[in-house]
Amino acid sequence: MSASMQAIADQKYKYGFTTDIEMEEFPLGLSEDIVRRISAKKSEPAWMLEWRLKAYRLWLTMEEPDWANVKHPPINYQELYYYAAPAKEQPKSLDDVDPELLRTYEKLGIPLNERAALAGVAVDAVFDSVSVATTFRDTLSKSGVIFCPISEAVREHPELVKKYLGSVVPVRDNYFAALNSAVFSDGSFVFIPKGVRCPMELSTYFRINARNTGQFERTLIIADDGASVSYLEGCTAPMRDENQLHAAVVELVAMDDAKIKYSTVQNWYPGDADGKGGIYNFVTKRGACRGKNSKISWTQVETGSAITWKYPSCVLQGDGSVGEFYSVAVTNHHQQADTGTKMIHLGKNTTSTIISKGISAGKSDNTYRGLVKILASASGARNFTQCDSLLIGNECGAHTVPYIESRNSSAKLEHEATTSKIDEDQLFYCRSRGLSEEDAVGMIVNGFCKDVLKELPMEFAVEAQKLLAVSLEGSVG
Amino acid sequence: MLEIKNLHARIGEKEILKGINLTVPDGEIHAIMGPNGAGKSTLSYVLSGRDGYEVTEGEVIYDGQDILALAPEDRAAAGLFLAFQYPVELPGVGNANFMRTAVNAVRRKRGEAELDAVAFLKLARAAVKNLSMKEDFLKRNVNVGFSGGEKKRNEMLQMALLQPGLAILDETDSGLDIDALKIVAEGVNALRSEKFSALVITHYQRLLDYIVPDMVHVLSGGRIVRSGPASLALELEAHGYAGLEAA
Ligand SMILES: Nc1ncnc2c1ncn2[C@@H]1O[C@H](COP(=O)(O)OP(=O)(O)OP(=O)(O)O)[C@@H](O)[C@H]1O
Ligand SMILES: [Mg+2]
Repeated sequence: MSASMQAIADQKYKYGFTTDIEMEEFPLGLSEDIVRRISAKKSEPAWMLEWRLKAYRLWLTMEEPDWANVKHPPINYQELYYYAAPAKEQPKSLDDVDPELLRTYEKLGIPLNERAALAGVAVDAVFDSVSVATTFRDTLSKSGVIFCPISEAVREHPELVKKYLGSVVPVRDNYFAALNSAVFSDGSFVFIPKGVRCPMELSTYFRINARNTGQFERTLIIADDGASVSYLEGCTAPMRDENQLHAAVVELVAMDDAKIKYSTVQNWYPGDADGKGGIYNFVTKRGACRGKNSKISWTQVETGSAITWKYPSCVLQGDGSVGEFYSVAVTNHHQQADTGTKMIHLGKNTTSTIISKGISAGKSDNTYRGLVKILASASGARNFTQCDSLLIGNECGAHTVPYIESRNSSAKLEHEATTSKIDEDQLFYCRSRGLSEEDAVGMIVNGFCKDVLKELPMEFAVEAQKLLAVSLEGSVG
Repeated sequence: MLEIKNLHARIGEKEILKGINLTVPDGEIHAIMGPNGAGKSTLSYVLSGRDGYEVTEGEVIYDGQDILALAPEDRAAAGLFLAFQYPVELPGVGNANFMRTAVNAVRRKRGEAELDAVAFLKLARAAVKNLSMKEDFLKRNVNVGFSGGEKKRNEMLQMALLQPGLAILDETDSGLDIDALKIVAEGVNALRSEKFSALVITHYQRLLDYIVPDMVHVLSGGRIVRSGPASLALELEAHGYAGLEAA
């Protein structure tokens, strides 16, 4: 590729810059010693270290899953850094955060200064392996809401962490979950007490910066009886030629009548147009609707990453509980996405809704993989699933793999699926009105995703729309 | 001024336009009539730059510019507008958003300032009112679930907002009730000026009662086989196209 072509290709991923600050890194590779050092770095209590070590030993006995429709060279886990953090002591107050970091988040469109912040949104900013700032904590604590880095929660709220950590995604759940349990370094912790409606949107902004570093974030959100919260995560990374691993675990717990809305705008570096570089996004996300009439809603807009492997799921235990999954997954160039959801119905009259929109362009592959499981106890359960795939060009692939298991004859399940190519008539119609081909594709794709995008908090829907258009640049013509 | 000179075009191996010659001076409205399958829609698509049509000979000059060399969006910016015979549905795309994006894309290319949401909405509401459309049209998705007549009116709404220099109306009158027909005609007549010209493709004289054309052309078998004043349309209505092809 010529230099100018490269410049054009690069400019499409506008978050690809690196931040130049002094970092502290642990030596390469993974061992019991590294696990101990991570734990010590976070001044963790002994029980937490034990938990990590157990997970590490278990991980050693496990194998990487191979059932997803993705291909990549073997990952050498001994050639990754498991801990990287700005070298300076973590500041106590926002005013003391390294200006270079503040500038970084500013550039990403996330001002950490509370005066400049997006109205009504509190942010936890995670930079490589640590949380560097959490805004509006005082405001939130007035209503009893705990919003802090999980490393802090381990120290300050051990009773809550002990009770819930690993209760939704057990350590042994899968290879990447076990790995994360051993080495997770930061992420957010949210606790909304009984009857409280969280007064602000909460969000975590994940940034991978350091080279060859894996990011293993851990997020735990608990909404107690009658509580509700809307949470959003965003993710970006610099453009680097080598692949980087992001293996996160997110656990949600909703008690009686509680509501959790979890939205993701995932824009990790996808690699270049030739498929070089990009993040391996291997993530386990699951929510437990423990209480009656509780509700967990996942909305995701997945545009980044070289490979996405992720199935935000709901375990519908409480009677009358509701699970929702709204997903847009875009793949372009050589990206691969294998994503979907699992809805496990245990309680009576539980309902789930799955709306998945997959868009594939370039030479990419996009798979929806979903499971709807109705257990014998779940009488009156209902599911509605709709999976639509849109193809742009002739070299990409779209696959739909829906599994349905029903052990209760009173359950009602509906499934609809469509696959279509981007419509030439629609493109021409838009262009004849003056829209460029790229804007036309953006407009049609946004229309295609409307049912999902409207689920995003308003402030982020506009961002997501722009992101969709940018991700598909160069996909037609 | 639009000048079409010896225009030949084909779809795949099949030649549809076989040497069209047509000149539409600024400020004039010309009607194109002709039997089904004559190539009227093909002509409108070739003029607006749809893929799949190969121009094998001839040229099209608009405003001194060879428009066949332009992408469809650049033709729109140059002032061309096509009201589709079969308007296309855009699921999930709000009508107001679509039109504002289009209007601003064209304004940008013309070097004019973009309209903000408030300014646009004001214009759009006025245009909707002129066309006696319900205001909820702006909120609905582009053409989705619109009746045939509503789709045609929506085309006219877009035309009013895009303010083209040359409009091609491909059977915009088909499927319209009498009241809608008058409204559409008023919409076209409202644009009439020194700088506006139009090609009105129609099968029926009744539209031409309201939009009185400067010239009527008969397109048949891929050629203009006859041209005349407005009265030619009445003649065709009385006698049909029989015998014209040979002429
Ligand atoms: N994609 C295509 N492939 C092959 N033939 C085509 C295609 N599109 C149009 N044609 C043919 O080209 C000829 C002209 O079609 P066109 O739609 O331009 O006619 P028209 O004059 O607009 O007719 P009508 O009055 O029915 O709208 C017809 O014979 C039609 O079958
Ligand atoms: Mg036609």
